[in-house]
Amino acid sequence: MSEAVIAVENLSKRYLVEHKPGSQGHKRYTALRDVIGAELRNFARQAVELARGQHPSQRREIEEFWALKDVNFEVKEGEVIGIIGRNGAGKSTLLKILSRITEPTAGRIMLRGRVGSLLEVGTGFHPELTGRENIFLNGAILGMTRREIAKKFDEIVAFAEVERFLDTPVKRYSSGMYVRLAFAVAAHLEPDILVVDEVLAVGDIEFQQKCLGKMDEVSRREGRTVLFVSHNMGVINKLCPTTIWLDRGAIRRHGSTAAVIREYLSQGGLNRNRIVKLDQLPRQYADGEDVRLLSIEWLCDLPLRHGDEVKARIVFETRGPVANLAMGIGFGDLSGKRILSYDTDIHEGYRPSFARAGLYAVEVQIDALPLQPDTYVLDIGCRHGDSESLFDMIPAALQLEVLAGPTTPGFLTTYRHPNVRLNLNGRWEWSVHDSQSSSSNYPRVISRL
Amino acid sequence: MVIEHGRYERNYWLDLWRYRELFRVLAWRDLAVRYKQTVIGAAWAVIRPFLTMLVFTVVFGRIARLPSDGAAPYPLMVFAGMLPWTFFSTGLSEASNSLINNANLISKVYFPRLIVPTATIVVAFVDFLITFFMLLLLMVWYQYPPGWRMLILPTFTLLAFFASMGPALWITALNVKYRDFRYVIPFIVQFGLYVSPVGFSSSVIPEQWRLLYSLNPMVGVIDGFRWCILGGESPLYLPGLAASICVAVCFLWLGIHRFRNMERSFADLV
Repeated sequence: MSEAVIAVENLSKRYLVEHKPGSQGHKRYTALRDVIGAELRNFARQAVELARGQHPSQRREIEEFWALKDVNFEVKEGEVIGIIGRNGAGKSTLLKILSRITEPTAGRIMLRGRVGSLLEVGTGFHPELTGRENIFLNGAILGMTRREIAKKFDEIVAFAEVERFLDTPVKRYSSGMYVRLAFAVAAHLEPDILVVDEVLAVGDIEFQQKCLGKMDEVSRREGRTVLFVSHNMGVINKLCPTTIWLDRGAIRRHGSTAAVIREYLSQGGLNRNRIVKLDQLPRQYADGEDVRLLSIEWLCDLPLRHGDEVKARIVFETRGPVANLAMGIGFGDLSGKRILSYDTDIHEGYRPSFARAGLYAVEVQIDALPLQPDTYVLDIGCRHGDSESLFDMIPAALQLEVLAGPTTPGFLTTYRHPNVRLNLNGRWEWSVHDSQSSSSNYPRVISRL
Repeated sequence: MVIEHGRYERNYWLDLWRYRELFRVLAWRDLAVRYKQTVIGAAWAVIRPFLTMLVFTVVFGRIARLPSDGAAPYPLMVFAGMLPWTFFSTGLSEASNSLINNANLISKVYFPRLIVPTATIVVAFVDFLITFFMLLLLMVWYQYPPGWRMLILPTFTLLAFFASMGPALWITALNVKYRDFRYVIPFIVQFGLYVSPVGFSSSVIPEQWRLLYSLNPMVGVIDGFRWCILGGESPLYLPGLAASICVAVCFLWLGIHRFRNMERSFADLV
């Protein structure tokens, strides 16, 4: 019935990274003047060495970097495959090769059908053009014909909810509208094979749900083959029955999503450091431009223990005036499902504003950690308190183990309900029920020890 | 379909045809943006050639007292030369920056990259049409009737297109690799303006140097334009034209060749 629509054989991609002696850090691009300058200096140095009677040395190093190495897999028609892995594991390179943006160095891919790739929403959007014009522009860039776009035009507009602004240049759109329009065009692409990179990591929560629904529909109802890259384990879990885990350019695991994700997350290793740097970690749903989370420091004993006090300090940076800031941390299980959240503005609704750019810190205290002994991932994020918009969000920033504490009853370490992770105290009153008396009040309270 | 190393080559020209829709849309985008951004955008296409014509007429015609072609009015001769020159220079500069300006497209979507620089020349061509309309007005003003040679003008327009495409492809490819290469373009344009017979007639060049002078492909193009527009007043120098065509074609071949060579690495470099 279903045969392989994607067959990847021994796929490899090599990049050459040049290390120039004396160059400072990584440059985004080469300038001719640098090249000429370096050549001249090189030449002069070699001439001097030669004049001194030494053997001229070749000091330039070119390092090979294999973004992908001997990758093999097959995808059957109608399969929805998730691709996970750390930054730099080769996920994006794989998608780029599949969408023919860059060529493989070795190996080959056989594809049956038209590939539509969605590596970014709104590719080629031009701010000066109106919403209507951008739909046609973006559609053509994604490979739709004019007739296809015209046929789907109303559907796209309805999905994006931008009817009233169709003839407004998109530079006047709010960022939410912009993303909605961009995704709407992409969502109506009808290729046989759809390749998607982390595009759901944008927009507000409500719209993301809508996008997820659409993705689900595309894959499940229309039976299209989908390759889906994400850092969000929850989304992968929801959309993809099978998952490929890429690690340093090679396939580490390929199998059922639940098993792969569990192994992937537990592989990340527990983080037992007191201070965890957050600056360079991958962001989700937010860019971390206005407010950026920098680090989290544990001010209590590690590893954390059930029932113990937990204290942590989060350091963040604001890059300008910021109003109504709310911070939050969340504990999730290894499948990426959130179990418990702590937000700064739940009870008091207090959300500070910061008049100018600077470094700030906030401390969180949990009196008695209600998490049962197990391994958890910690998400850290901050948002604008009044709206849904996130300033910064780091999913699965670190992985933690929670051990049994002195107050943890023994059964929790030996037997655990598979679906229950929280174990709280509550307020209990004990009394003696006198079966002889018919009255309904029980006056004799046994005092607590 | 199969993706492997070196596969890029095989279906290239077929893909180019398949992606003609994208070519149309990109050209349309560049046009729409150009004439939307500024009201002056459209006016600019009119004002610039007009002012340049005035300056050249005064400097070369009045002050330096260079001769015109036969009995043709000097401003008309200058305008006939400026028409292809402006097309060439705007085409060259726009196309040379095109890959960098569309970096986000190149790193996110596949299509034959040749589309990008070629599409930008459409904008230059629309400017060309506007200037051509001005030329017609100017001819009415000077009561200078066009002859049958006007019908051959498209051939020379095509030659101007080739002449700008060749170097543009080369430069735009180099531009991806070396970002400071774009500073070369204004220099080429500035320099070329004085080396090419825009403000003066190529008949002022001494006879023995004329063939050498025609190695500049724009010499052939401009002479051709003048021959078409001014009629018999500007005789065509055939060996020179042949030389210009040869150089233009060589550059075009070289440009396409270099471009195609570097094309595969664009997405990795941008």
